[in-house]
Parts: sequence; structure tokens; C-alpha cells
Amino acid sequence: MNALSFIPLLLALILSPLLFGVINRTKALFAGRRGQPLLQTYYDLWKLLRKGAVYSRTTTWIFRAGPMVGLAAAWVAATLVPLGNFPALIAFPADFLLFAGLLGLMRFFTVVAALDTGSSFEGMGASREVFFSALTEPALFVVLATLARQTGQLSLSTMFEPVSGADWLHGGPVLALVIIALMIVLLAENARIPVDDPNTHLELTMIHEVMVLDHSGPDFAFILYAAALKLWMLGALVLSMVLPSSGGNPWLSLALVSGGMFGLAVVIGVIESVMARLRLLVVPQLLIGAGAVATVALILTLR
Amino acid sequence: MALLLLGAMAVLLLGRPDRNVSWLGAGSVVIASVLGCVPVIHVLSGGSVEAVRVPWSVPFGEFFLELDPLTAWFLFPTLLVSALSAIYGVGYLRSWQGRRSLGPVWFFYCLLVLGMMLVLLARNAVLFLIAWELMALASFFLVTFEHERESVREAGWIYFVATHLGTAFLLVFFLLTARETGSMDFTVWAEKGIQTRGLADILFLLAIVGFGTKAGFMPFHVWLPEAHPAAPSHVSALMSGVMIKTGIYGLLRALTFLGAPAGAGATAGRPPLWWGWALIGIGLTSGVLGVLFALAQHDLKRLLAYHSVENIGIITLGLGTGLLGMSTGSSMLIVLGFGGGLLHVVNHALFKGLLFLGAGAVLHGTGTLEIDHLGGLLKRMPWTAATFLIGAVAISGLPPLNGFVSEFLIFLGAFKGGVSTGGAIAVPLLALIAGLALIGGLAAACFTKAFGIVFLGEPRSEHVSHAHEADWTMRLPMLILAAGCVLIGLFAPVVVGSLQAVLENLTHLQPAAVSENLAAVASPLAWVVIGTVAFLLLLLALILLRRGLLAGRRVETNVTWGCGYAQPTARMQYTASSFAQPLMDLFRPLLGTKKKISPPRGFFPEEAALKTVTPDISHEEVYRPVFGRINEWLSQLRWVQHGKVQLYVLYIAVTLIVLLIWELR
Repeated sequence: MNALSFIPLLLALILSPLLFGVINRTKALFAGRRGQPLLQTYYDLWKLLRKGAVYSRTTTWIFRAGPMVGLAAAWVAATLVPLGNFPALIAFPADFLLFAGLLGLMRFFTVVAALDTGSSFEGMGASREVFFSALTEPALFVVLATLARQTGQLSLSTMFEPVSGADWLHGGPVLALVIIALMIVLLAENARIPVDDPNTHLELTMIHEVMVLDHSGPDFAFILYAAALKLWMLGALVLSMVLPSSGGNPWLSLALVSGGMFGLAVVIGVIESVMARLRLLVVPQLLIGAGAVATVALILTLR
Repeated sequence: MALLLLGAMAVLLLGRPDRNVSWLGAGSVVIASVLGCVPVIHVLSGGSVEAVRVPWSVPFGEFFLELDPLTAWFLFPTLLVSALSAIYGVGYLRSWQGRRSLGPVWFFYCLLVLGMMLVLLARNAVLFLIAWELMALASFFLVTFEHERESVREAGWIYFVATHLGTAFLLVFFLLTARETGSMDFTVWAEKGIQTRGLADILFLLAIVGFGTKAGFMPFHVWLPEAHPAAPSHVSALMSGVMIKTGIYGLLRALTFLGAPAGAGATAGRPPLWWGWALIGIGLTSGVLGVLFALAQHDLKRLLAYHSVENIGIITLGLGTGLLGMSTGSSMLIVLGFGGGLLHVVNHALFKGLLFLGAGAVLHGTGTLEIDHLGGLLKRMPWTAATFLIGAVAISGLPPLNGFVSEFLIFLGAFKGGVSTGGAIAVPLLALIAGLALIGGLAAACFTKAFGIVFLGEPRSEHVSHAHEADWTMRLPMLILAAGCVLIGLFAPVVVGSLQAVLENLTHLQPAAVSENLAAVASPLAWVVIGTVAFLLLLLALILLRRGLLAGRRVETNVTWGCGYAQPTARMQYTASSFAQPLMDLFRPLLGTKKKISPPRGFFPEEAALKTVTPDISHEEVYRPVFGRINEWLSQLRWVQHGKVQLYVLYIAVTLIVLLIWELR
């Protein structure tokens, strides 16, 4: 652990809300609008933190605990995620189990907090959330197993090291398949198109947004920030596989990872602009497809 | 010391006064458990093995008890859950006082605890089988406590038949082993080992069927979802938390007979690879199907019963990993696989005991277990709800609780093995990784449903409005079990270290090999604990921050957002059925859910109904037809049974004479 290993955590904590701004800007450009300011998420967070709150009469302490558990879990998970050439703050064998576990805990509490309102909208969102996440979970683990087998390593920081040209020559198909599967997991876990539409107007069609419909004030700020962190973390994993190695120059690495993260946000923005949300009935096929792609990659490593 | 324990039990069997029988029964179980814990902890911490041998007049039988680390490891949760369930039972059974004689319940409860202890301690095949039967019969009478209800009687019968079919396989298993080794003594069996390959394979299969029936492996699990809901809740906790683990114990004990003779090194007596494959296959089927069927259930205790099948599956995955390690001589796989499985035995006893007790409190408070009729219980039963939530998070395998720790061990073993080895071992391990991840996701879905629908939202029926919190005799055991779940999570490295003695005893590895591999898990687990503590501190900080932010601001309450509709009713809420529906539809081919829909008609629809039933597929498709046929055949023999006792005695006499002639021939 050295000073450089604080970088992924600090960048995640500071820059993650910016991702939403970049995504929204990209979408606005595609639609020919000017779009909201890049820093809009920060303004939103600031505004929400200064507000009071409204609670439903039905809710209990579970509803109030949900956002806090989610944010605390996201913070701890952020210490485990490497970024490009920078290893994570904390790395130990099978740290990805803790990472996945914390994301699971975050989801568990978001879901029970949603059920706490007794609203059928939120019940619907909760139901879809557990449905889709039960399908992304195996895909994520098969991806992890593939990478572990490919690299012979058992820690996120060493499994997701930047790949060199030789790696692509050696195991190109595996890497490509893993990146595809991981990208689908990223989109599904973060409630982006084509799985969920964060901008939809109709409660009936939402997943993540509808679950947090009744949260307000600081609670909602926590949720927004935790969601940004989650997008950043999974993005960092995808990015670490795509980025080339910087040859040990920290400044170059820094430029690469920050450029890369926002490049990724642009990619997500482009995906959201060029395609529509899938019908909910088709989403499982996409997620099972991600699992199947990952399995193919895994089989390739078995030779 | 073990005798002391039995003595305490006997006191109860002699005196059965009708008043205060609850306190007497519970008290003696608690005292026996506390006394029993002393030698257990002594043995687990590396002390010498205790043994008692008393000659016995039963042919081939010997009253031979031994307390080795493997027994002690299983005995610990047995004693703990027995004692806590007993305390709980005092409060739970109070509502039956006066209407029903409680003496027999406590009598059979004590017999069940005694039977389980004897099963774990017995080192003689005859004694083991007698204890096994004692356990089965005592639990049968407990299951049929409410025998005036038709469904309870049927559940009792299914359990009775299933457990005896299992015993039949065990009988064959024991006879074959005894013939091969010429002894009925477990220690002799373990020393000699079964050398013939083919025979060992047959015995392995027999053990899987025989012990698997008790444990609830997937095709043999039919009795679990019937018997657990029918039994009184504290008995379900005991049966699901501990009794089914005697099946796992038996399987492990059997493996020590089938493997290499103790001390023989090298590759001589390694189990074949397919044993590990078989166990992992069974584990995956039980795990995935168990949790899917659980999701489909509408009855809270039935749901929990199917989760027992799932968790037995997870334990079996651990054992399968360990067996793969034995086949290949990898001490890492052996330690992590068996270690994870054994730890999950204890963890499951804690959280499943807790959840069943919680379900009992719900039944006690509301009078129903139908999930779709409940809701909003958290406000009326805050203690039960909080402990149930802890159990739910733990059983979903999420940090920072104990379920995460044992799944961490199994996952770590599978990842380490799957990364470094060739195809024949990597394939099952990688399948295990994918399967366990799916199980984890589905379990989280199932327990957000169970907790969310039962305890949160608005009351869905009248049952909830008169709900009341359980009294302290019921609350205390739940609190202790919940505390256990938290403590194992927080002290994970220490707990894993305590596996040392058991693993040495079970696997015959060198102590150094065991401790080295355990140390290799303890350090990541220490990081997990650091992460957990950081999580809790951050959570505390957030709580303070939120309180600070909201202080002095306007915090209002209003109705839940419903697009501006201000008069919502509880009927508008999502129900457990609707919550699980997408997953159910996806896995329909596996589950065979039957739907009966009468859709609303006309412009002003008056009635509409939706009914879904998910019958147990192996029960409906396999057992019912088979047993129906057997019943038809056997009914032709019914004339033999006529109820005249004198003639029955004559049967016995004739049989004896025939046997005598055959012997003298």
C-alpha cells in the first residue's frame, strides 16, 4: 500500500457524480439539445442535502436505514476497486467476494426499503430488481472465474491489471467476451438502457428509480451518490481491462484513467441514445445471454 | 461427562408432573446442554477424546460412546439450538395449556434431543441405529402434535415413510460394512477402511441415499416441506436447524470408513473423482431447486423448509469440494471444502433456528403463516422483525454476518482450485461458482420477499390487526441466535481457526497442513472483518450526519406516493406472489407451477381471482404414483392384519419355529 493506492478511492469519491453529467450531456448532444450542466449531479446532491424530508406513514426505520446502509456499503466497496494502473487501497485474495457481497447488501436494503412503503409501484421495482440481479450475479461470478483462471490471480487489483498487446494476442477472444459480459452486467446493475431507463416518466416501467420514489431530502442524496459510486466502480473494472499499460508513469496513468472513465460515460451515453429500453420480458434473455457469453469465455480458458 | 448429560435427561423421563411440565422439560434440556457444552468445548480446543464403553446384552451391540472433535463440532449447535428452542417452547406452548396435555410433547422433545446426542456419540452400529430410530420416532410424534388436523397427519405419515426408507438403506450399508470388516465397531471400521473399490462405491451410494433422506438431498427431500410446517415452531427450528444435520454427520462419518485406512499415505485409498462430482452435482440440484421452490411458496414455514434443502445443498457443495481435494491430494481443497461445509452446518443451525422461531412468533401473534395475508408486522412485533431481518441477511450469504463467512470459504476453495487445476477438477468447481452465485442471488430475492411482505408495508388482512409481540421466553432465544450470527461474522478468523481440531480428525491431514491452509483463509477474512468494521463505522457516521442535517428542518409524514391517489388500501400492495412472479415464470419448466386465473370481465368487473400452486415435482411425479402402486399391491395382503392379538402372537411363534428348523437343518 502506498500513496498511489489512495488514488482510485479518491477519484471515485470525488469524480463519480460527474459520470451522470457526462452521460446526460452525450445524450443531449445526440438529441440536439444543449443539455444540463456537467456538474448537475453535484448541484442536485447539494440541494437535497439542504432539504427536509417527507416520509410515508407506512414506513418504518427500515426505510430510513436503506439509503445509509447502501452508501456505507458502496464506500467500503470503493476501497477494493482498482483503477487502470493503480491498485486498490485494500487488496487480498478473493476480495471480489466482499465486493460482490457489499453490492448485494446494498441491493438487499434498497429492496426492503422499497417494500417498506407498501406501494405497488415500488413492489414492482423491487421484484424486478431481485429478478434481474439474480441473473446478473452468476454472470458476474463467471466473469470473475474466467479472469482468475486467465491471470492466475485472486484479487481484483491483480485480476484487472491493464492488458498489453501480448495479452490480446494470447487470449484475445477470452478478453473480448469477458468485456462484453461485464459491460452488460454494468448496464444492468446500474439500471441503464437497455435494461432500465433512468429518464422514463412512467412509474410502471421503471426499476431502480421506482424503488426510491418515496425517498426525499438527505436520504435521496445518499441514494444518488451511492448509485454514482456503483456506476464508477463497475466502470472502473471494465476500464481496467481495456486500458493499455502506462509503463509506470503515474501522471500518464492518471490522465489515462480519468480520460478513460469519461470516455466510458460517453459510450454509455451513446448506447442510451441509439437504442431503446428492451421490453421487460426480453431483459432476462439479455442477462442470460451475458452469462452464456461469460461461460463461453470460461470454457476457452479451460483448454 | 457425557453420562452426566444423559442423567439429566433421565430425570425428566421418570417424573412427568402435569403442572409446570414446560419449565421442568425446558429446564432439564437447558441444564443438560450447559453441562454438555463443557466437554464439547474441551475437545474442540484440542483436548483429549472422551470415550465410554459399557457392555450391553443386545447381540453385536455395545454401549460405546465417544466424543471426538467431529462429534463435538456437530454436538455444539445441537446443544445450543436444543436449549434455546426449549426455552422458546415454554412460551410458545403456553397457548395450548389446559387444552392439551403438554407432558407428551416435552417427553418426546427430550427424547429427540437425547436421540440426536446418541446418534452423534454412538460408535457401535447397533447403538447408532437404535439412536437413529429413537430420533426419528420422537420427531414423528412431535410433528403430529396437532394430530386432529388432517394435513398434519398426512405430513406425519410422509415423514414416517421417508425416514424409514432412509433407514432401510442405512441398514444395508451397516450390514455390508460389518460383513467386510467383521465388526460392529466404528473405530475398527475407520481403522480398517473398505479396501474393495466396487464395494466402496456401492456403500457410498447407499450412504448418500440413506443419510441424504434425513439431510434432505433434492430427490429425497419430500418430507421436509411437509413435516417442518406441521410441527410446532420450536420443533421445526430444532429439526431444520439441527436434526437434518445428523444426515450430514452420518455421511461424513461414513466417508471416514470408506476412505483409506487411517494413516495410510500416498494415493492408495483415495476416493475416486466421481464421488466429488456426485456430491457437487447433488449440492447444485438441491441448492438451486431448493431456493426456487422456496420462492414459489406462500406459506412462511414451507418456504423456510425449502431453504433448508438449499442450505443442505450448500453444505454438500463444500463436502464435494473437500472430496475432490481428497481424490487429488490437495490439502487446500480439503481444508476449504470441508471447513466451509462444516462451518455452514453451524451457521445454518443458527440462522435457520432463528428464522423458524421468528416464523413461530408470527404464527403465535397473528394465527396465520400465509405470507400474502400478513404485512406491516414490524410495527407490532419490533423484536421479532429485527431478529428475523438479521436471519434473512445471514441466510442470503451477505456480509457482515455468518452466512457470508462459510460461503466465503467454499467460494475461495472453488476459485483457488478452479484457477490452478486441469479440467476434471476445474469443471465441477467452476460449475459450483456459477451455481452458488445463482443460489445467492435467488436467496436474496426470496428473503427480501419473506421479510418485506411479512413485516413491511400495510397489514394485508385482519390477522395482523390483533397481532402482538412474543413474550420474553420466545424473544430471548431469538436474540441469542441473532447475536450468534453477528458474532461469527465479526470474529470470523477466530471461528475459522477453531476448525483445526475437527479437520485433523476428519481428514487425517498433518496438523501443519491444516493450520497452514486455515491461516491462508484467516488473513483475507481478517480483511473482511476490517471492511465490516469500517462499514459499521461509516454507517454510524451517516446516521449522525443524517440526524444533524434533519435537525430543525421540516420532516413531514404523508401517504405513500401513488400518482397522487390519496386513499390507497392495503389490497393495492404488491404481494409475495406478485413479487416472485417474474422469476417463477422464467423457471416454470423446472417448477411446474399451476396457475388458475379467472380474469375480470366486463366494464365493471366484480370478481377476479388468481391462484398459483407449486406442488413438489418429485413428490407429485415420482413418489405419489410409485407409492400408489405399492399400496395397491400390498392391500391384497390386508387379510393378514385383522386386529386379533392372539393370532399375532401365533405368527411370531410360527416364525420362530420355522427359523429354528431352518437353523437346525
